Amino acid sequence: MLELKLVNKVVRRDSHISNVSLLLERSSLNVLLGPTLSGKTTLMRLMAGLDKPTSGDILINGKSVLDVPVRKRNVAMVYQQFINYPGLTVYENIASPMRLAGNTKSDIDRRVREAASLLRLEPYLDRTPLNLSGGQQQRTAIARALVKDAELVLLDEPLANLDYKLREELRLELPKIFAESGAVFVYATTEPQEALLLGGNTATLSEGRVTQFNSTIEIYNKPADLVTARTFADPPLNTMNVIKRGRELQIKSNGRIKSVSLNDRASELPDDKYILAVRAHHVLLSPDNQSKLSFNAIVSGSEITGSETFIHVQSGEHRWVVLAPGVCRVANGDNIDLFIDPDRLYLFDKQQKLAHEPAKIAAGA
Amino acid sequence: MIAKTVNQRAWFLVLPVLLIVAMNAVIPLMTVVNYSVQDTFSPGVFFYEGTKWYKEVLTSPRFHGALGRQLTFTAIILAIEIPLGVMIALAMPRSGPWVSVCLVLMAIPLLIPWNVVGAMWNIFALPDIGLLGFGLNYIGFDYNYTQQPLAAWFTVVLMDVWHWTSLVVLLAYAGLSSIPDAYYQAARIDGANRWAVFRHIQLPKMKHVLIIALLLRFMDSFMIYTEPFVLTGGGPGSTTTFLSIDLVKAAIGEFNLGLAAAMSILYFLMTLLICWVFYTVMMREEET
Amino acid sequence: MASIAIENLAHSYIENPVRDADYALKSINYEWTDGGAYALLGPSGCGKTTLLNVISGLLTPSQGTIQFNNRNVTSLPPEERNIAQVFQFPVIYDTMTVAENLAFPLANRGLDKTEITTRVSQMLETLDLSTKAGKRANKLTADEKQKISLGRGLVRHDVNAILFDEPLTVIDPLMKWELRTQLKEIHQQLRHTMIYVTHDQTEALTFAEKVVVMHEGSVVQVGTPEELFNEPEHTFVGYFIGSPGMNILPVTVDGSHATIDGFPVSINGFYTPSKDARTELGIRPEHISIKATNGTRSPDYNELPVRVKRVSDIGRQIVIAVTLGNHTINLIVPEGTSVPEKHAFITFDTERISIFANDRRLSVASSS
Repeated sequence: MLELKLVNKVVRRDSHISNVSLLLERSSLNVLLGPTLSGKTTLMRLMAGLDKPTSGDILINGKSVLDVPVRKRNVAMVYQQFINYPGLTVYENIASPMRLAGNTKSDIDRRVREAASLLRLEPYLDRTPLNLSGGQQQRTAIARALVKDAELVLLDEPLANLDYKLREELRLELPKIFAESGAVFVYATTEPQEALLLGGNTATLSEGRVTQFNSTIEIYNKPADLVTARTFADPPLNTMNVIKRGRELQIKSNGRIKSVSLNDRASELPDDKYILAVRAHHVLLSPDNQSKLSFNAIVSGSEITGSETFIHVQSGEHRWVVLAPGVCRVANGDNIDLFIDPDRLYLFDKQQKLAHEPAKIAAGA
Repeated sequence: MIAKTVNQRAWFLVLPVLLIVAMNAVIPLMTVVNYSVQDTFSPGVFFYEGTKWYKEVLTSPRFHGALGRQLTFTAIILAIEIPLGVMIALAMPRSGPWVSVCLVLMAIPLLIPWNVVGAMWNIFALPDIGLLGFGLNYIGFDYNYTQQPLAAWFTVVLMDVWHWTSLVVLLAYAGLSSIPDAYYQAARIDGANRWAVFRHIQLPKMKHVLIIALLLRFMDSFMIYTEPFVLTGGGPGSTTTFLSIDLVKAAIGEFNLGLAAAMSILYFLMTLLICWVFYTVMMREEET
Repeated sequence: MASIAIENLAHSYIENPVRDADYALKSINYEWTDGGAYALLGPSGCGKTTLLNVISGLLTPSQGTIQFNNRNVTSLPPEERNIAQVFQFPVIYDTMTVAENLAFPLANRGLDKTEITTRVSQMLETLDLSTKAGKRANKLTADEKQKISLGRGLVRHDVNAILFDEPLTVIDPLMKWELRTQLKEIHQQLRHTMIYVTHDQTEALTFAEKVVVMHEGSVVQVGTPEELFNEPEHTFVGYFIGSPGMNILPVTVDGSHATIDGFPVSINGFYTPSKDARTELGIRPEHISIKATNGTRSPDYNELPVRVKRVSDIGRQIVIAVTLGNHTINLIVPEGTSVPEKHAFITFDTERISIFANDRRLSVASSS
């Protein structure tokens, strides 16, 4: 169990990490999600003991480890670059941390083969890393981190330098591999999609702060504030300013006021200005029978992926992205109507805190 | 807030280093400071003289002469070695079997001790039997470094360039090797000529190592002693008497300890000051 | 601007190539028409970067020719081909300002001062960088640096083509969206021929009008994103496009009957693959539906009994992996779909099934 208590890191009067408190359980996978320079790597270095916090405490199993040097901590780390011993075979690479720990030969052999089979490295055990593909090299680095039997395994964007398809495969395999180990896993990434595929828990970071920490899908469904919601949206989150009056939500479109009636739960919010947010795939191109919030937009571009279409639109000062299923042909400059189901929208208050989130879509609905 | 426990034991681990630094640098330096404000005639007999020696040094034409020669020498060798080193580094192959051959060839002069370099050039440049000296005379130059000041300077400068340009080459080469291929490709596509590539890609990327090369070469050449001493002994006359040779003459030749100590202190302060100015100016440029 | 044609192009990094495997590029013919947006898509080592370097002139091919606007440029160096290239990591001249960076290629070509100033300020406008014109380029963010790299190509009015070598690698996901959209807008505005190399299908499919899929040194299919998604010509394209890729299952096919491990699957059309061909069925995860079962009812015709192996809720979709015998099949269902816990029946959308013989797509009623 790893605990961070009000950790701060200040470098030359620049605050890199501010007031981070986290409690990470054994056998859990914890994703640090945030853009470049949001503090992911700094936080990992603090967790590993490579850096000392300016203030605050870091505890492993209830004991402060601030004064324990890295060498004495049981930590393993996997980096974005593929780091292996170039002169050793894959087998020896994986075995190296156990050799240092002085395990018996048979014990080493058993565990290396276990890890190799888990990461499908068996055919390559006799090769040296330089004769392997990037994916195989990174799997070797991961295997080495796993056999170490570390209490804490830190992975800093481990898949960032891999091919898309390899990334896809490893993202699916990794959660299972992590679940079978007893360590605390911390996994940094910039991609919301990756966090969702890995599952587990996520801490979203923005400018050195943890904006939210919860189960990954829970944050996706119920982001605490607008910054978190934006960090957790790919395609980007669509937002606009709205006014709530009684049961009605009003927007301005082309100088006219448009409105839609809210559901019971949303109606209970105090009347005020809000920021409406809606995910790209919840913006519709056609109204079905229900009452929808509708407004006008001009197409500024479209991207067809074969199975889906991303339509970029401009409405007033807002730039939105609409994700339409299938192939949808629109020309740039087209004037189109967009529709939003009032049951699918988020509302954030003036402090950008979450005020209303859509009910989870009921299973079977 | 959690009070940090400061581990005082760590200081014991630093102690040996402190002792070594004290024995090596601080104590001898303080001895010199001590000498520089006193006069002595026999062991154990000292008189306090205050700033007398400093005044004497600063007003002495002999010191001015040595300092002038020293600055000229350093300026000349920096002006030759830095551009020459960069040029050689640029001409070296980037990859292939020749890289290691070039690197070894470059490293050879650096491995030769100072006094051997002096002795080698002493013989090499002798006008009657040395290859260089004889050769120059043979093709019609009147060359004799033990007699002509110009020839002596030429030899000393040539010797230093031969000995130390390699250091600049190796540093510059390391700087060049760190430039990704994409930069060269982009420059070709942008239609940049050889000079533009050098000016806008290679030079900026080599800047840091060149600052280091410049500082090292400055400090080293400013303190040059062994080679000119072995080659010419500071002559003919005092034409190649640089600061350190002058210093040794004062201290050992004339046993003028107070004067020599004051010279040492001034010498030390000058080196420190010039290095500091170099460094801050170069680094400030980096900030903006 | 120009069309680019390659003919019988092959390249090997080995001096005297003998075997097929010695070639990084194996005899490619293709023509990129003027003003199009193209992508070269494939995994690392498929030869896409080699092909890009041949086009830009950084590499002279072992055989074959390359033509710009019907002019043979095979042996011309990059500076004489008038192309622009954006690299994986931003290349900027760090000692220069943003404006000086953009002026650099023009100054190198000896344009006069006033012409350079007007073009640079136009380009700053196009790239949305006007406010940063006087800033030192090394102080900018990664995406702005990439825009400068692109701008240095665009300021030259004579560029034949703009080549991109995985330009979004170092860009954060949200910025990727912005940069990509801007790239498309610039393409529509200026209509340069653009060739974009990537291993990332999303980037390739969203950027390009036509995608060239490469595999082991050969082009396996050229098509619009729709064609690649719906009618992959090769099992590799099926697997490589889509996330997760197409499920490829060994199948026996006879006319309009197909069976997977003894389970009948109805297919549209009539296929007559040759007897010794290795036949496979391809179905996209998006085109499979799933139904719960308590495990006692026997499957109807066209239903396949499976066990649920893994469920990943990724927000707007749920990715489910199920096992049929020893095959794993991925399927995607929209958010809110109820997912059976253990036993389930799955059904393939008959219209969307592809049949492959020896990895090549079979057209209906043809023999291989």
